[in-house]
Amino acid sequence: MIEISHVNKHYGAFQVLTDCSTTVAKGEVIVVCGPSGSGKSTLIKTVNGLEPFQSGTIMVDGISVGAPGTDMPKLRARVGMVFQNFELFPHMSITENLTIGQIKVLNRSKEEAMATGLKLLDRVGLKAQAAKFPGQLSGGQQQRVAIARALSMNPICMLFDEPTSALDPEMVNEVLDVMVELAHEGMTMMCVTHEMGFARKVANRVIFMDQGHIIEDATKDDFFGTPRGERAQQFLSKILSH
Amino acid sequence: MFSTFDFSVLSPSLPFLWTGIQYSFKLTLIAMSGGIILGTFLALARLSPNRVLANAAATYVDTMRSIPLVMVILWFFLLIPLLTGNPVGAESSAMLTFTAFEAAYYSEIMRAGIQSVSRGQVAAGDALGFTYGQTMGYIVLPQAFRNMIPVLLTQTIVLFQDTSLVYIIGAKDLLKAAEIAGKNYNRPIEMYIFAAVIYFVVCFTLSQTVKRLQKRVAIIR
Repeated sequence: MIEISHVNKHYGAFQVLTDCSTTVAKGEVIVVCGPSGSGKSTLIKTVNGLEPFQSGTIMVDGISVGAPGTDMPKLRARVGMVFQNFELFPHMSITENLTIGQIKVLNRSKEEAMATGLKLLDRVGLKAQAAKFPGQLSGGQQQRVAIARALSMNPICMLFDEPTSALDPEMVNEVLDVMVELAHEGMTMMCVTHEMGFARKVANRVIFMDQGHIIEDATKDDFFGTPRGERAQQFLSKILSH
Repeated sequence: MFSTFDFSVLSPSLPFLWTGIQYSFKLTLIAMSGGIILGTFLALARLSPNRVLANAAATYVDTMRSIPLVMVILWFFLLIPLLTGNPVGAESSAMLTFTAFEAAYYSEIMRAGIQSVSRGQVAAGDALGFTYGQTMGYIVLPQAFRNMIPVLLTQTIVLFQDTSLVYIIGAKDLLKAAEIAGKNYNRPIEMYIFAAVIYFVVCFTLSQTVKRLQKRVAIIR
């Protein structure tokens, strides 16, 4: 589904990603973790072309990301993305947030878009909030709406960029629950997160990044069980110790 | 000293003064709407990654902002007939001039507005599969415009006051009408006072509206 091979990215002399390669098969859930500044968010953003890269290739469903002939808006419409800061559109109601992409990009009718939007809103447990504006919801609620918005486009895979990092601790679980449910339904997912509980529960593989390199790319059991690199161990001991 | 004033000359002049007021309003509204639309495109051009486009827009804006409005009014009035071969009336010339001139100021406001919308919003639009135009049209510009409504209106108040400068090319706005009426009745002071009161009432009302709007249009965050 997603094939990342030998991707390099730099800002001037600063190398952000160095020779990153990995694949995500259909239905797989991959968790990407690593210290801040390790390039994990950048890596996930290269997958739908939000971050350009200088060399290497990324194929999503057989289409080359960022290649000259690729219709990027069309490709992005098929890849759902959830951001750290939710990024709901604050000037639109929740239902407008859920329908605008469907109407303007997928050319669905208003009724159809509304039906899909409300169904998804119900699914993330927020049907009662349909008429509200993003600013009237809590962070956790906003992030659930953001997930519903991404799902409204019927994506072939989902990218999560630290979806719970901006949330108050008591709201983290309501978002993770939605993500776990998605994973159980077989959605292909690539998640940048430090939530190791989530990784343990649903991840197929865990990728550990440091200073722009993919240092570990292991199955969940290998990553949490058997010996692994020193950097990953240090990192894990820090985030698991509390 | 007011005993020497004779405001009774106002009422017979009102229909004539009214045509001047109408023109001033018309000029303001046209320059405002035209200026905001043109200014938005200038702002988008200035922020575009295309250097040629960005520089062209920047040059236009900086030039307009470096020349006194009176001179622009005068030059447009003299130049357009030379360029097109047809004389344009003072009234039409002023509308063109003000739209072109105000666009430079509105574009700086819109540029600030566009930059006030976070990059994350653009990314969210892109991620949904929007094209550049859709991201701008549905996501960025509505928020930019909303954030900037008070400033845009404040600029419009300045614009309304500046319309009085068209007297230099003889366009019949409120000030010119007052001047003419003053000459007709040999009561220039009364007429100028009347014009000043109108300018004051309109501008004061608008600025109060700005204050009220500032509270109302804010997007809930």
